[in-house]
Amino acid sequence: MNDKQRKISSVLLGLFLLLWLIGIFLGEPTRVLEQAKSICLECIGIG
Amino acid sequence: MQIARKWIQILWIFLVNGFWGFPFTGNLYQGPLKIICSPGLNCYSCPAATTYCPIGSLQQLLLGIRFSLQTGKYYVGTFVIGWLGLLGTTFGRFICGWACPFGLFQEVLYKIPSKKYSIPPLLNWLKYGFFVFFVVVFPLIFLDQFGLGKPWFCKYVCPAGTLEAGIPMILLMPDLRTTIGFLYINKLVILIGFTIWSVLASRPFCRTVCPLGAFYALFNRFSLIQLQLDKDACTNCKACHKVCPVEIKFNETPGSGECINCMKCMTDACTFDAIYITVAGYKMIPAKKKPAVVPPQ
Repeated sequence: MNDKQRKISSVLLGLFLLLWLIGIFLGEPTRVLEQAKSICLECIGIG
Repeated sequence: MQIARKWIQILWIFLVNGFWGFPFTGNLYQGPLKIICSPGLNCYSCPAATTYCPIGSLQQLLLGIRFSLQTGKYYVGTFVIGWLGLLGTTFGRFICGWACPFGLFQEVLYKIPSKKYSIPPLLNWLKYGFFVFFVVVFPLIFLDQFGLGKPWFCKYVCPAGTLEAGIPMILLMPDLRTTIGFLYINKLVILIGFTIWSVLASRPFCRTVCPLGAFYALFNRFSLIQLQLDKDACTNCKACHKVCPVEIKFNETPGSGECINCMKCMTDACTFDAIYITVAGYKMIPAKKKPAVVPPQ
């Protein structure tokens, strides 16, 4: 990993951490949890 | 090292599917752990699943994006993409080789003795199409009369969902059996197809269809943990080509998006210490080598 790749990795980590935090700020985890708690009928081939 | 990898893969299966009370509750796990992202492809409708599937969740958020925005909520998928990006930037496709339940399923099938076939490299590009269209574009643009999209990948393709959720939930909930129709049969056929293909070829789903693998592949060159090649130490003996489960020529394309970082080339093939692991650019000591087994030409 050269310096350029290390910089890109750092920028990407920062960017995705920011996106993750924005998601939390917007309340997305609640929605994700609601979805994950219920059976996704499409996922199992029904509905 | 490969035995350790198998144990780590098994450990991950139990970490992301840790709810074994489902035969008694008759339902899937509904606790707070489901706020955690499963690094590998693991259906959250699996009755034992304790984490959410990033591909399923991303589609669910995107298909309802108009409804969310109309109701003043900004659920646009940033939380899920953030998780995925953090995992990808840290581990790249190490996740595919070490932490994916469906990857292990295919590896086990490939051990069944049979004639083995390679997969044309051109098919590797398909998985990017599945990610772009089936996970992002189609759920966003094809809407029903209520303005909602569909989780195209989960609904029409995902064999992991059929294996981990479709079959177990039908067994667990007899009421659901009456609703089985074309979609279920279609998904069952896809699962059977990939099961047979996995016996004949190594990890066909990961290489040609998996949208999660496609996403992580974008980070293989930039991830904090990487498999690297020491070009000065490499003798071009091609031993790494022969052991690779995804048929890449590691010494010619180090950092390839196709590499699942299983480290077979490093531990089972290269005797010249030409392949090593780096963590944030720092070289780790290569594992102790076995003699290279190169069949005569």
